[in-house]
Amino acid sequence: MTTAPFVRPEQQQEANHLGIWLFLATEAMMFGALFFALTVVRLRVPEGVRVASGHLDKLLGTVNTGVLLTSSLLVALAVSAARRGRQERTAGLLAGGAGLGVIFLAIKAYEYQKEFSEGLMPGPGFRLHDHPGAELFFNLYYAATGLHAVHLTIGVLLMLGLSARVLGGYLRLPERAESVELPGLYWHTVDIVWVFLYPTLYLVSG
Amino acid sequence: MTVYTPDANTPAARPRTYIEAGYTLRSWLLTTDHKRIAILYMISITGFFFLGALGAAAVRLELLTPKLDLLHADGYNRAFTLHGVVMVWFFLIPSIPTVFGNFLIPLMIGARDLAFPRLNLLSWYIYVLGGLFTAYVLVAGGVETGWTLYTPLSTKYAPGHTVMAAAAIFVVGFSSILTGLNFIVTIHTLRAPGMTWFRLPIFVWSHYATSVILVLATPVLAMALILLALERALGIGVFDPDLGGDPLLWQHLFWFYSHPAVYIMVLPSMGVVTELVTTFAKKRVFGYEFVAFASIAIAIIGFLVWGHHMFVAGQSMYASMVFSFLSFLVAVPSAIKVYNWTATLYKGQLDLRAPLFYAMGFIGLFVFGGLTGLILASLALDVHAHGTAFVVAHFHYIMVGGAVSAYLGALHCWWPKMTGRMYSEFWGRISALLIFFGFNITFFPQYILGWLGMPRRYHSYPPEFQSWEVLSTAGAVMLGVGYLLPLVYLLWSLRYGPRAPANPWGASGLEWRVPSPPPKHNFEEIPVVSWEAYDYPPPQEEQG
Amino acid sequence: MTSWLPFWPASASAYADRIDLLVWAFSALIVSLAAPVVVGMVWFAAKYYRGSPADRSHAPTRGFWVEADWTVIPFLLAMVFFVWAAHLYYVERTPPGGALEVAVVAKQWMWKFQHPGGQREINELHVPTGQPVKLTMTSQDVIHSLFLPELRLKMDVLPDRYTTIWFQADRPGTYALRCTQFCGTDHALMGGRFIVQEPRDYEAWLRSSAVDGTLAQEGERLFRRLGCSGCHGANASVHAPDLAGIYGTQQPLSDGTFALADDRYIRDSILMPKRQVVAGYEPIMPSFAGKVSEEEILRLIAYVKSLPREGNRQP
Repeated sequence: MTTAPFVRPEQQQEANHLGIWLFLATEAMMFGALFFALTVVRLRVPEGVRVASGHLDKLLGTVNTGVLLTSSLLVALAVSAARRGRQERTAGLLAGGAGLGVIFLAIKAYEYQKEFSEGLMPGPGFRLHDHPGAELFFNLYYAATGLHAVHLTIGVLLMLGLSARVLGGYLRLPERAESVELPGLYWHTVDIVWVFLYPTLYLVSG
Repeated sequence: MTVYTPDANTPAARPRTYIEAGYTLRSWLLTTDHKRIAILYMISITGFFFLGALGAAAVRLELLTPKLDLLHADGYNRAFTLHGVVMVWFFLIPSIPTVFGNFLIPLMIGARDLAFPRLNLLSWYIYVLGGLFTAYVLVAGGVETGWTLYTPLSTKYAPGHTVMAAAAIFVVGFSSILTGLNFIVTIHTLRAPGMTWFRLPIFVWSHYATSVILVLATPVLAMALILLALERALGIGVFDPDLGGDPLLWQHLFWFYSHPAVYIMVLPSMGVVTELVTTFAKKRVFGYEFVAFASIAIAIIGFLVWGHHMFVAGQSMYASMVFSFLSFLVAVPSAIKVYNWTATLYKGQLDLRAPLFYAMGFIGLFVFGGLTGLILASLALDVHAHGTAFVVAHFHYIMVGGAVSAYLGALHCWWPKMTGRMYSEFWGRISALLIFFGFNITFFPQYILGWLGMPRRYHSYPPEFQSWEVLSTAGAVMLGVGYLLPLVYLLWSLRYGPRAPANPWGASGLEWRVPSPPPKHNFEEIPVVSWEAYDYPPPQEEQG
Repeated sequence: MTSWLPFWPASASAYADRIDLLVWAFSALIVSLAAPVVVGMVWFAAKYYRGSPADRSHAPTRGFWVEADWTVIPFLLAMVFFVWAAHLYYVERTPPGGALEVAVVAKQWMWKFQHPGGQREINELHVPTGQPVKLTMTSQDVIHSLFLPELRLKMDVLPDRYTTIWFQADRPGTYALRCTQFCGTDHALMGGRFIVQEPRDYEAWLRSSAVDGTLAQEGERLFRRLGCSGCHGANASVHAPDLAGIYGTQQPLSDGTFALADDRYIRDSILMPKRQVVAGYEPIMPSFAGKVSEEEILRLIAYVKSLPREGNRQP
């Protein structure tokens, strides 16, 4: 299926692919800048960062990493199913990936709540004042994971919407498999960002 | 090889133009036609240009006298902040790409539109939204940090609506990113059959290089602005040494974007100048491959020089030396272009019309301004010149003497194509001359003042500097008249100008093979290209 | 130079002369690189306008060797200036030993200077000729920049860190002193006079200025008043590092690394003592953040610097 101004379907496909990759490059540059800031802070106040990072729940962080990686697996399987024209299977896998994304967000919310009760939220209740840089670390932790969560939420809505359209027959597979593949790339990117965030934030103290 | 003759207009055979394809406001505001979107951008950009010019007018009027007597100190600070923010983000960065890139790239490559037409319209809406928001913030209460927003002044000490301004600039960044993305995909995938990369006009190469920068650099600014807003609103501490942060981190993040940004501003102008020179000299650009690769080289090396804004900021001496060397290197591809343009004029058939005046003005002002950039790239010299009017002069030579001249040159060259009307050549040349001389009178004194020790962003100065400042303001008045004139005669031509033929200049390029103005779908049939770019006959043959 | 249309700033030092020579030479190169373009365009416009009878045979559209020439040769010539300027920058960033040390604190919107003998100035800086002078600078608030145009020097002044600048002024006179990093409302008013004097006149000025004590003496007074001597003093019961002669030495830290005890180290020890703890000591020193001003910190540093080295301390 070709829409103007494209003349040949391969042209349009190439354009869609290139478009998504360029968009993902912008995400990489934006999060890259954030990682740069995190690195500078780590180098400036290593002690404070180490102590603060030690108060993050490594278990929950690791579980969440597993959850997100599994969700990416499901999305990758969905793309494969889409290419083989398996309508229901694709919808199910997409919903599964989205579901794991929701579980990630739930675990994250639980972590935030735990941090609040432990006095690790920025503000007057913050209890690691003795360690210069600890509060800054936590501020960046909330900013970074918050920004990631926003991206993930958008991804969840995308995947759910896609799943519904596939299930309802609005997206015929395998002809429109590209419409599953390209958003799938976005999902993987959000996952990769987390794969970098996890060690940067959680694994400082080794 | 084709002979290009300016052709006569044949109204009877004229197909319905893109302008005639719908007269309702809705048909314009919901268009996906790249040509209409270009016009929408042209109107909004013109508005922002004059808003930014008001900021400059306030500054130049204040600087007529050594003491602060027109505005109060905060008002002056808001004026130059407004001038910088509006001119950088709402004029210089978008102007040529969104007006001429949008209009011409599909035509030049033989396509019917950009790859993602609806994304293009979205890009314009984001621009307008961000622009109106910014204009409101800057005017109602103001921002007093300079367009560079240095911390901790911007995060802890400056009054004003800094967070809102950061949010507004963040929004408009998406407009940039979408435009760049659209151009890259279009140039890769929608070239007509036979239109190989090395048959593309240099205008397209330049916009490709620009788009790479737009896509890769703008997100870094987005993150920097998020951190700035969080710091100012919530005190997160990333730029605050008391909390373990570093104010220099802002400078690194900001300049990592803002230096490539100046290449976003100048690369499209260089593309325009190549088209102007070839069109009005009737000659292939000298060293096509060198010029094409130079555009790419500028984009790449331009990402590696940001530290030259920080030679006296507390950056390490050795890092500064590396940045200085790379800054010398980035001048090389620009120099190649300048010499190649000049060589293109050699033995050409020079049609001395307004667009060529603008192109030659660009080349002269750019080469001079660019070389003073090398003075700033030289470490020990920058120690003296940094933060003074010398820097102001340097970048205005490039941005105003260069980019704005190129914008106006493009406006005149493609006005017939875009509007179907010819402008008054007499007034066109008058404006170009007024602008060239007005510009030099405004900004050359700033080099002298800067070296004398006049800092930037000052509203007061020692009385002995006054003669230069008065001269500068006088030049600015002349410049202002030069900018207002086209507004008048170009608008006048829309109603009273002679109708334009498809190819009034006898130029090569696919855009000249369609009627003026083009029909909505651009080409009756997608052309099959079997000739090189700029395949003019030898200039000798034109004689006699 | 005419006073109503100045063209060039005065030069107050030999270094400034070297900068001027560099910029003139570079300008000559710039003119020689730009002139062919400007002259060429004007000439071509006059000779090759459309329809003119000029000879246009063999109009070139490419030329690898001419391109290579006009790329490589200007670049190599420019490299001469890169090296020249980098060398002067290196000189300007490397203060010699034995310089007269002046402490500088910038704040919105004034400059505060303190000479080693304790003399204080606001918005004015007196220095003697013929001697290297080193300024150690910090800001109380935003980033400022100290600009001395007749020396062709400037350096940004940041909060929470020290930046330094050094010079040797050679020509007595009254020159400009300005802030060149936009710092808010009265940025344009943040300046004053830079007064270079013959050593005799400088001494006279020093003697005539009211002084509470030298910088180091004031630091010693603070050291007692703030309670530092309670732990770091000779008869303290608390186990705290002895500060005698530590300035400029490598301090072993509790994490196994070493830190150079320079101005920044001392400042950080006062404000963030837990950041770098000396090996063998507990992190029990309280922070004095909010209890000392930047000027007071500089006096404390001067005091610590002045403590003589004792017997078996290694450099």
